[in-house]
Amino acid sequence: MSLGAIYRRDVRMAWSAGGGGPIGVIFYLAVTAVAPFALGPDLPLLARIGPALLWIAMLLALLLGLERLFQADHEDGTLDQLRLADTPLVLVVLAKAAAHWTAAALPLIAATPLAGILLNLSPRLLLVTLASLVLGTPALALIGAVGAALAVSLRRAGVLIAILVLPLSIPVVIFGVGAIEAAASARSAGPSFALLGALTLVFAVVGPLAAAAALREAD
Amino acid sequence: MLTLEIEDLEVERGGRRVLSGVALTVAEGNAVAVVGANGAGKSTFLRTIAGLIRPVSGMIRLVPAEGPASIFMHMVAHQNGIKLPLSAEENVRFWARTLGTDAPDPAAIEDALDRVGLLKLIETPAQFFSQGQRRRLALARLLAVPRPVWLLDEPTAGLDTASRRAFGAIMAEHLAAGGIILAATHEPLGVAAATLDLTAKGSAVAAGHTVQEGAP
Repeated sequence: MSLGAIYRRDVRMAWSAGGGGPIGVIFYLAVTAVAPFALGPDLPLLARIGPALLWIAMLLALLLGLERLFQADHEDGTLDQLRLADTPLVLVVLAKAAAHWTAAALPLIAATPLAGILLNLSPRLLLVTLASLVLGTPALALIGAVGAALAVSLRRAGVLIAILVLPLSIPVVIFGVGAIEAAASARSAGPSFALLGALTLVFAVVGPLAAAAALREAD
Repeated sequence: MLTLEIEDLEVERGGRRVLSGVALTVAEGNAVAVVGANGAGKSTFLRTIAGLIRPVSGMIRLVPAEGPASIFMHMVAHQNGIKLPLSAEENVRFWARTLGTDAPDPAAIEDALDRVGLLKLIETPAQFFSQGQRRRLALARLLAVPRPVWLLDEPTAGLDTASRRAFGAIMAEHLAAGGIILAATHEPLGVAAATLDLTAKGSAVAAGHTVQEGAP
């Protein structure tokens, strides 16, 4: 099994020079920093829509690196070699999606407390927000892998990937923000968290299968 | 005895029939030079054998081999499959782990890099390599992970004379150890090889007998 090697190399490549890892974090913080200026100095309003803004910023920031997820490997011949490996392509896709999550989503989650201050998020809601992001962003990475695989051989595929990925991401955003809103209004966040986890599990199965099928047809 | 059997292969690319009725049988210890004009389907032929392109019809079989044939095959295509920010050693180690075992022998990796003349550049990131050195790094993969069937697409493109001679010796050694080589090429391969001409569609030359290795 070589999945560990694929995972580690992808994480390293994303954070090496030109890998785009740090750019995503700056983009995420920039988007959330703009919001208070756009909405004005209305602290209760910011606190109310803050979690939704964080989720949208997260969704957009995760789109940034998607275009290169499979395209870089497709162009330099690495993808062909990975298909000659003993490991099924479905698991290779899963390893690459996990690496994308580690390299792109995990730093964003780590930066979320900072963004939360800008949006006047209470510490209790910040914890709920972090939990919803940890549970929901793997689903976003897996959906993104499908979009990236479908567009693997296309030039300038970034916008196309966004169009493919965003509609599929809607349920994740609904239950992610829903969990935080439930916690804010002192209702139980349990059902939303359960559905968020279910979405991640469903996409953990469907995503790699669909992405691997798309990659096989890319030639 | 390991044999690669290809029967009645038909492949379409973009709605155009590129290969039809191609048949080939290669026994272990033999090399086949796949020749033909540009666009005759040499790369398509090799990629189809590697399982990267699904043929319309026909059969590709490696006997006796358990599991998918592709895990017994090496492919060196036009793209070298190397990551430029990583060093030569890291590139080869990644492929040794991905294509071979989880814990590759560091000595085997160094040996592979030594054979292609890159031992001095072992810590250098591949982005500082010339085209020929990148090609040699791709060829090091063949040595780092033992696999019996080598599918080579213009393997010596960009190599200097000395490197070509060295790679000829590497190929001869692989054949002597019972390997199979299929190489698409416009130049002399550097080892004794049968010829499959894809320009004359449907013709096939079978390499049945063991080719004696002469000095390249």
